[in-house]
Amino acid sequence: MRDEHAARTNLRLLWRPLLFIAALLGLWQLGVRNAPGHLLPGPWGVVGGIVDLVRHGLLLKYVVASLFRVTWGFVLAAVTAIPLGLAIGWYRRAEMALNPILQILRPISPLAWIPIAILWFGVGDLAAIFLIFVGCFFPLLLTAVNAVQSIPAVYVNAGRNFGLGSARLVARVLYPAVVPNLIVGLRITLGIAWLVLVAAEMIAVSSGLGFLIVDARNAGNRYDLVVAGMLIIGIIGLLLDSGMRSLENVKSFRWGYSED
Amino acid sequence: MSQTQTVVSPVALKTKLAVDRVSMVFERDGKRTEVLNNISLEVADGEFVCLLGPSGCGKSTLLNAMAGFLAPTSGQIRVDGEVVRKPDPRRIFVFQERGVFPWLTVEGNIGFGLAKLSKSEREQRIARYVRMVGLQGFEKTYPQELSGGMKQRLEVARALAVNPDMLLLDEPFGALDSITRLIMRGELLRIWEAERKTVIFVTHDIDEAVQLADRVVVMSARPAVIQRIVNIDIPHPRDISSPRYLALRDGIFQQIGLAHKV
Repeated sequence: MRDEHAARTNLRLLWRPLLFIAALLGLWQLGVRNAPGHLLPGPWGVVGGIVDLVRHGLLLKYVVASLFRVTWGFVLAAVTAIPLGLAIGWYRRAEMALNPILQILRPISPLAWIPIAILWFGVGDLAAIFLIFVGCFFPLLLTAVNAVQSIPAVYVNAGRNFGLGSARLVARVLYPAVVPNLIVGLRITLGIAWLVLVAAEMIAVSSGLGFLIVDARNAGNRYDLVVAGMLIIGIIGLLLDSGMRSLENVKSFRWGYSED
Repeated sequence: MSQTQTVVSPVALKTKLAVDRVSMVFERDGKRTEVLNNISLEVADGEFVCLLGPSGCGKSTLLNAMAGFLAPTSGQIRVDGEVVRKPDPRRIFVFQERGVFPWLTVEGNIGFGLAKLSKSEREQRIARYVRMVGLQGFEKTYPQELSGGMKQRLEVARALAVNPDMLLLDEPFGALDSITRLIMRGELLRIWEAERKTVIFVTHDIDEAVQLADRVVVMSARPAVIQRIVNIDIPHPRDISSPRYLALRDGIFQQIGLAHKV
């Protein structure tokens, strides 16, 4: 009964965006037909482009290549930046010492690291992974620092009151208290990783969705493939984000997202 | 008004807690704030004492020092003759209901301090305190889904589950509506009579203090000194319209310097 109700609500929530997308596609088709010159391929052209990619076995190959780089860069950044950030947030002195450097490094676009990435790692996967790593590292570090500092003192005091030593305090109070904030940070950062990836692939490698876009333009102005690549990047980004978002529904995390 | 610091401790009862000439000075941005001024107090084993004073007078600071969260600037606090230096599971601090861990269920919260017990012992203990505070049926519920009063009961249960000698309660019912607050006072007294813990209860509510405590420690505004200690010599359950109750309450009103008229 309740499931049925929920399903109906979901459907009702879904048809609006679907209708809107359909309308946009219609407008797109109409605009392309009436516009002079070749400003953009039409939706059917793009579908043809995607079919082409699938037929050549490139779609899956490129998606896998891109996801491979994002995963490595993102995971490497998460396992280094989060513990470091938690430690910095916990020890006030560490924060005071490191903060100026962080504030200088943070506003540098990950793309500015491209020459250095190529200098250090050459043209290839490592350079791309490094760029994604750099792009993810600072946002995650700051998320972790802030997450620790925003733990209400009552939780820490209560933990100490029940006799927890440092190690137990970290495992039983600190960690569960920061998880909701970390998940939000990870979600946002995964979005950044996906953005950086496309740029990195345009320059440093010869496979992947970013490469597809540059290559399609360079090799014969295949704008249907360019737009197909953009579309696929967008759709995968959406899927990654909803995956991360579903973590926010885990019961023991959900308190962190309540209104009050 | 005389600021008597004489300490009346019920005779023939063991001293549980001794506050010995405790002063507390905070320094922030080069400004010195004197919060507690030479406070001395003795509390007997199993006694229920209310610290009463205006908001911001330093009574919470004193309670935090008793718990071992803050070190006095001078003087010392002893529990069972031992100087308090850090928090200890033998004396549990109860925050306003915000102290419950939101990432744990009711069961998880009550069992938080019981990691050292065997599984079956822990489960028994949890079940016992779930029953004591009337949270049956909510064992798997997260605090977010509980009302304010239920969260407060949960925090008291979590504190009692580790079998402490002392409970330090910091305006525990301050955030509750007045009806829930009355119910909670009754619950707390019932639990106190069953378990006979030493209770230090901070409040700014005169009625609350006179309804609950064996003794009410009336504190002045900052820097806090003990103005007077009032023995509430009415047995529980207390009739809050009896002449004795009203006399004691009015005495405290006058002590604090409030004309008892609205």
